[in-house]
Amino acid sequence: MGYKVSFEEANKIFAKLQDEYEIWAPKRFVGRGRYSDTDMIKYDKVNTVEEIEYKEKSDFPAKEVLTPITESLFYFTEDEFIESKATKKKLLIFMRPCDIHAQHHQEKIYLSNGDFTDMYYKRMNEKVKIVMMECTTGWDTCFCVSMGTNKSEDYSMAVRFGEGELTLDVKDADFAPYFEGQASADFKPDYVKENELHVEIPEIPNKDVLLKLKSHPMWNEYNKRCISCGACTIACSTCTCFTTTDIVYNENGSVGERKRTSASCQIKGFTDMAGGMSFRNTAGERMRYKVLHKFHDYKARFKDYHMCVGCGRCIDRCPEYISIAATVDKMAKAIDEIVAEEK
Amino acid sequence: MNNIVKPVACKILEVKKESLHEWTFKVETDIKPSHGQFLQLSIPKVGEAPISVSGYGDGWMDFTIRSVGKVTDVIFDKKPGDILFLRGAYGHGWPVEKFQGKHMVVITGGTGLAPVKSMLNMFYDNPDYVKSVTLISGFKNEEGIIFKNDLERWKEKFTTMYTLDRDQKEGWNTGFVTEFVSKVPFKDFGEDYEVVIVGPPPMMKFTGLEAVKCGVKEEKIWVSFERKMSCAVGKCGHCRIDEVYVCLDGPVFNYTQAKYLVD
Ligand SMILES: Cc1cc2nc3c(=O)[nH]c(=O)nc-3n(C[C@H](O)[C@H](O)[C@H](O)COP(=O)(O)OP(=O)(O)OC[C@H]3O[C@@H](n4cnc5c(N)ncnc54)[C@H](O)[C@@H]3O)c2cc1C
Ligand code: SF4
Ligand code: SF4
Ligand code: FES
Repeated sequence: MGYKVSFEEANKIFAKLQDEYEIWAPKRFVGRGRYSDTDMIKYDKVNTVEEIEYKEKSDFPAKEVLTPITESLFYFTEDEFIESKATKKKLLIFMRPCDIHAQHHQEKIYLSNGDFTDMYYKRMNEKVKIVMMECTTGWDTCFCVSMGTNKSEDYSMAVRFGEGELTLDVKDADFAPYFEGQASADFKPDYVKENELHVEIPEIPNKDVLLKLKSHPMWNEYNKRCISCGACTIACSTCTCFTTTDIVYNENGSVGERKRTSASCQIKGFTDMAGGMSFRNTAGERMRYKVLHKFHDYKARFKDYHMCVGCGRCIDRCPEYISIAATVDKMAKAIDEIVAEEK
Repeated sequence: MNNIVKPVACKILEVKKESLHEWTFKVETDIKPSHGQFLQLSIPKVGEAPISVSGYGDGWMDFTIRSVGKVTDVIFDKKPGDILFLRGAYGHGWPVEKFQGKHMVVITGGTGLAPVKSMLNMFYDNPDYVKSVTLISGFKNEEGIIFKNDLERWKEKFTTMYTLDRDQKEGWNTGFVTEFVSKVPFKDFGEDYEVVIVGPPPMMKFTGLEAVKCGVKEEKIWVSFERKMSCAVGKCGHCRIDEVYVCLDGPVFNYTQAKYLVD
């Protein structure tokens, strides 16, 4: 069913929804951006429609609602493992199609990789209902059409933000009662049909080409350019890696917690082992590892799609203006070179 | 909801000093591992560490641990009767069914002996399980030697070549394990053998190449990888190489796959 509601009416619906749901959406934090006089847009709880930043792309992805940058797993008192508690309410999250697609990558890793299900992710994931924010133009760093993530049907409600009013497609029967008495409207969300940026993902024909690609000189460029800050990983819609650490709160060390913190394969130390052994010790090798994961390894394992939704956030966030789209283009050329040499 | 990262408390039954920095901890547990698998050992407020099973039996399991850092140092403070937290067993171990009835060549470097120890003892206790065992074990120096008693005992039933990298020791060789691969009578084994190689990455790489040079078919070589692990259940990403998760798909790999796994 489609509806048209004013912001004022929508806020009343939000208030009712909040009995059962936390409402999460991209929100603008004025002056909190990376440079002075810039803002930061990230996911946060909202109470009103006006708080939602819908005109610009958020700097950080929706995954943070389910897997925050740091998350407590256990609390310790002496030798006891006490599981951290999750929020009681359900989660209503406003996302663009790219972020919706990225949830499938998150689920793949947390719920099914190796047939192990992560309880911390599952208990959040079960609470989620998605409101798709219609996205029709994208931005200059987006390449969702190339990745096939420009469109999604996987939502409870879809919303178009108009001047002072929302138009909604309410698919999930759970939400129908909230809209009783509202003006109906004929609405199906539109989507991006073309981006400025187009990325052709190359095929790596076999393992020998893959091996040669790994040692191709193209990666050396990043030894100079990439400062290994990990900003691209934190901004990435699909990245899932973390490190588990224990901390103690008090001086005698009797209480503490075990927590998870997002980790980046772009930062030195990601592979450090006791005894001083480590792998990928240059920025170029780490870039190669990330890019191949996104555009080869993930798909090689799970057989369905690549591990990138073309959200372009990594391009927006990189302080060195490194574009993953340009890197993929370079990789395609390197593969062509290697294949030509083999013939 | 089942929490896969929640460990269970297990009592330490015995602590045995193998060498200065490598001790074996026997714990009470009903977990049934297979040869070559590992567990996550956990000390609340300190952290977790993946450790191979070096022996197991009814109601117990052995871990041979090298003290190198936060978690392992605290484990070394533990005494019989104290508690260790465990979760696992994880990963794919040695394909022992495939080894049955064959000549086995086992080549280890340093503590790489730990992940094959339980399998070697199974061969020792069941002499009919395999046709023969040739064991090449190398250590950096005298202090680095672990499982001294087992090494002595194995001499009775296995063909053994023990070596120290540079130092002299009576009854022992001097030199890297790679130098002894060509002494294995692969020709006499026909097609009826398998080779196991475990140790630090450079040792496995060069020993693998040496074995291939001696005419060993790649598909007959098995290695065990060690990588940084923060979850052991395919979530944290630290152990991934290409499309492979060492914690899930390894730590044991066939050489035909391992040779492509460039970090
Ligand atoms: C599948 C698998 C099986 C394993 N099996 C065993 C086993 O059977 N027995 C065993 O002892 N270990 C085994 N390990 C290794 C073991 O997991 C690590 O030694 C352990 O995690 C170290 O944890 P820690 O908290 O004590 O050290 P941490 O404090 O986490 O690590 C120490 C850190 O300090 C540095 N460091 C520590 N020591 C040194 C050093 N000597 N030189 C230079 N830098 C150093 C390193 O950067 C390292 O990251 C295995 C690992 C894997 C993946
Ligand atoms: S790699 Fe870049 S473009 Fe792709 S999903 Fe991650 S942040 Fe978005
Ligand atoms: S690519 Fe850019 S954002 Fe990512 S680690 Fe390198 S410098 Fe940082
Ligand atoms: S150790 Fe975490 S994914 Fe393998």
